[in-house]
Amino acid sequence: MKNHVWRPLLIVLVVVCGILMTRALVVPEDFGVYERGYMYGWHRKSNEAEWKAIRVKYKTARVCAGCHKDKHDELIKSVHAAISCENCHGPNYDHPEDPLGMNIDRSRKLCIRCHSYLPYKGTLRGGIPGIDPEKHYPSAECVLCHIPHNPKAMNQKREARS
Amino acid sequence: MVHGEAWTIKELFVYPNEYIYWSIQIVMYPFMTGLVAGAFVLSSLYHVFGVKQLKEIARFSLVFSLALLPVAMLPLLLHLQQPQRGIYVMMTPHFTSAIAAFGIVFTTYGMIVISEIWFVYRRFIVETVLELRSKQRRGNVESAQFFLYSLLAMGAMDLSPEAIHKDERAVGILAGIGIPVACFLHGYAGFIFGSVKANALWMTPLMPVIFICSAVVSGVALCIVTYIIAMEIRKQISAWKRKNDPRLPSNEELRSAEIQTVTLTSKYLLMFMVLAITLELLDLIFRNYTAVKSWDILRSVIYEKDFFKIFVLQYGFGNVLPFIIFLLPGLTIRRALVGSLLVLMGVFMMRWNVVIGGQAFSASFSGFMEYRLPIWPNSLETLKEGLFGALAVIITPFVLFFLVTRVLPVFGVKDTH
Amino acid sequence: MMNRRDFCKKTMIVAGGLVIPLAALEVFNPKRLLAEKSGSDDKSNVRWVFLVDIHKCVGCGFCVKACKVENEVPYDANVTRTWVERYVVTKDGQTAIDSPRGAKDGFTTQKIDQGHLGDKEIDPASIAKAFFVPKLCNQCDNPACVQVCPVGATYQTGDGIVLVDRSWCIGCGYCVMGCPYGVRFFHPVYHVAEKCNFCYHRITKGMKPACVDACPFGARKIGNIRDPEDPVSRIITSEQVNVLKEEFGTKPQVFYLGLSREVK
Ligand code: HEC
Ligand code: HEC
Ligand code: HEC
Ligand code: HEC
Repeated sequence: MKNHVWRPLLIVLVVVCGILMTRALVVPEDFGVYERGYMYGWHRKSNEAEWKAIRVKYKTARVCAGCHKDKHDELIKSVHAAISCENCHGPNYDHPEDPLGMNIDRSRKLCIRCHSYLPYKGTLRGGIPGIDPEKHYPSAECVLCHIPHNPKAMNQKREARS
Repeated sequence: MVHGEAWTIKELFVYPNEYIYWSIQIVMYPFMTGLVAGAFVLSSLYHVFGVKQLKEIARFSLVFSLALLPVAMLPLLLHLQQPQRGIYVMMTPHFTSAIAAFGIVFTTYGMIVISEIWFVYRRFIVETVLELRSKQRRGNVESAQFFLYSLLAMGAMDLSPEAIHKDERAVGILAGIGIPVACFLHGYAGFIFGSVKANALWMTPLMPVIFICSAVVSGVALCIVTYIIAMEIRKQISAWKRKNDPRLPSNEELRSAEIQTVTLTSKYLLMFMVLAITLELLDLIFRNYTAVKSWDILRSVIYEKDFFKIFVLQYGFGNVLPFIIFLLPGLTIRRALVGSLLVLMGVFMMRWNVVIGGQAFSASFSGFMEYRLPIWPNSLETLKEGLFGALAVIITPFVLFFLVTRVLPVFGVKDTH
Repeated sequence: MMNRRDFCKKTMIVAGGLVIPLAALEVFNPKRLLAEKSGSDDKSNVRWVFLVDIHKCVGCGFCVKACKVENEVPYDANVTRTWVERYVVTKDGQTAIDSPRGAKDGFTTQKIDQGHLGDKEIDPASIAKAFFVPKLCNQCDNPACVQVCPVGATYQTGDGIVLVDRSWCIGCGYCVMGCPYGVRFFHPVYHVAEKCNFCYHRITKGMKPACVDACPFGARKIGNIRDPEDPVSRIITSEQVNVLKEEFGTKPQVFYLGLSREVK
């Protein structure tokens, strides 16, 4: 090592050691190769638990029946039976404790997702009774005349039509 | 606003999440690394292959590649959504990714360049130290200089002929190792694009080679431009100095040395340019001929949407015109300058047409995206990835070059060689 | 004799020499890998797959809405983990495709969204066929997006879901570029790569993904391909299913019933 030519190598060594030491400090303990091998499984294991811990917002329609039996029974017999309550009322969160959960959306936007007429014959969408949202009583909310939980029945608010 | 939305215009059907995510800074990145690699290769022509006529420009381009080095990283940092985490590339590298090698290759290359410069300048550094040491009284500036150069000397004060000879050998070896590493650094920038199988325009094994050739082209062109400008400034200064000291070299002498260097360098420029264009045309012809599934959309991008950028700016003004300029007999400094600037523009347009052009169509092959470079920044995003971000990247190397040459002058120094 | 400088140098060399192999070992440590593997609960009997029945989709977009709310992707941001495309094929063989804002509010007009070219009217009489195609992450067996991540911030779990580590992603966008299906984007709030993960927080609790629960017509289903009794894996193994863009070699794990050649 008497030779001065090797001197830059010292700097190189210092840099390499620096990087490796930073690595020891910065990289989490559980960073490693897991089930899917190095190509697909090189990661921080605890991140999986972080993803699992995300809050569940939609709790499905099953839980509603207990408290809103009337609505549930009404809907279940109607042509809208397939639609989950949460699609129209938003996510449950921890309803009724959590004010975030469950709201009443009376906008026309909600209904025309399915009922805006599209001329696609022979498809499921073509089979849903459709209206032209720009012509079908454009200034009123749909629920003024239709009961969302029981659309076939036409409506107790039939009077409003005139 | 979603990242990319500010500068992307969609046409026909584009997947909802598709935007031009890789924007101007990713155009700058291969452009800047190309300049680094090219400048280094140019200097190696002298150090390794002993092309004596390039002596003047060799030291110059070596220092210039040092100034460009940090700037190759800058566009990446400006591009990252989480720049503060950029260091993770070195911490947990995932080598199945083309980007993962960046940290390692870049650092290796940086250390080679710095070591080489150290050997080239060691004699100058030691002499400066000795000169300053011998001074009886040192002012503040001189003390600082003394300290800085002593530090740079790293205690290697031996100037015996054997020691100097060792320096020379070390420079030769480092330059020799440096060439493949420089090519790797840049070829692998090409690999980053060429290996994206999801992108029909990028995916070709020729990409790394094309990138290396155009890198050398642009690096040499930039060295010519900067060299000419630096010489011009030198001439001004020496004309002014000669009023007091007529023994200094006259402008005529400087000019003849200059045109000699430039003519020779431009030969190398043309050589690599022919190579680059051949490969690019091969790629285009091959795509045209095989006409696989993606060709329909690529054709409308290449021949319609980007026709002006590809065939007029890149090939016309960037390749054919400088070719004529350099090949016409009686090359003058001014013509060389114009030619080199056009070459630089051409290589920049090539990067643009690859990076932006590769995102000009949707992965659905059913729609197009158009890129509008943000001019006036109205958010951090459009500042970083807009005109001003790009300008910052372009200006930085010249500022760094200026600073570095304050410490390690490139002209009129007796170096180790 | 050893002077001070020599001593310093030698010490550094020894220290450096020790650190390098030790740290390098950390990257590939077979023992640790084994320990981790046997330590974690055995997941090898689960491999999530998805089944989309194109015939059943009406383009209501409830899946997109539920997904955005459930996974906290801002509702009005023009990116989404899942989306629905509309294909209208006319009798002259032309295909018009659109997905206005990912169809988060469904398809409420007959006009086709053509980006900055505006809307395109299609004469109902000229329509030969039309259908809706829900799209989501394919959780590929060979995920190209994971392969290209430079830092190991995105990865595949043992049960086949590709996740993104939000605290480790540097936001380079390579994965976004690497995905042939366009499912990845930058999260407008966290500014890291974001993608569909089959609602990992739901499926690992025995629930179904939010989009599956939201779909009124049963166009979306999730299953476990390693379980031969699973109704979804039965369909996949016994019926004519197809996948998207097989030519990329990604081995996608979202299967489609009724996939037409026009689908991109
Ligand atoms: C634990 C019993 C309980 C369950 C389970 C329950 N709710 Fe409720 N819900 C209530 C009560 C109590 C109120 C009245 C509180 C109020 O008006 O704020 C209410 C009110 C509502 C309202 C009217 C809110 C308003 O702004 O007027 C809607 C809509 C609703 N629930 C929907 C649902 C749906 C859909 C579900 C199933 C996902 C559900 N609820 C499950 C107890 C329940
Ligand atoms: C198609 C969409 C839709 C579905 C599905 C739906 N609702 Fe509603 N619901 C509405 C609308 C719209 C209103 C407001 C009706 C009105 O104002 O007349 C409403 C009102 C209500 C109310 C408040 C009634 C009141 O008189 O204040 C409750 C409670 C309710 N729904 C519960 C449910 C439950 C429980 C389910 C599932 C079993 C359900 N809804 C499914 C659209 C829907
Ligand atoms: C998820 C799609 C969907 C949504 C959203 C939806 N519907 Fe329906 N609706 C249907 C389907 C499906 C039918 C039944 C068609 C059949 O089988 O006849 C139906 C039937 C109806 C009918 C009965 C038409 C007839 O045959 O007389 C009316 C009225 C109606 N819906 C009104 C509404 C209103 C009002 C809303 C908004 C609150 C709404 N729908 C939201 C899917 C939807
Ligand atoms: C002013 C009252 C009124 C309003 C508001 C209204 N409708 Fe109707 N709707 C009717 C009447 C009356 C009919 C039955 C007669 C007809 O076909 O026009 C009807 C029929 C329908 C039908 C069945 C069409 C068929 O072909 O069987 C659907 C579906 C429907 N409406 C959906 C909606 C939707 C969705 C909205 C909101 C966007 C809405 N309606 C708003 C009064 C109304």
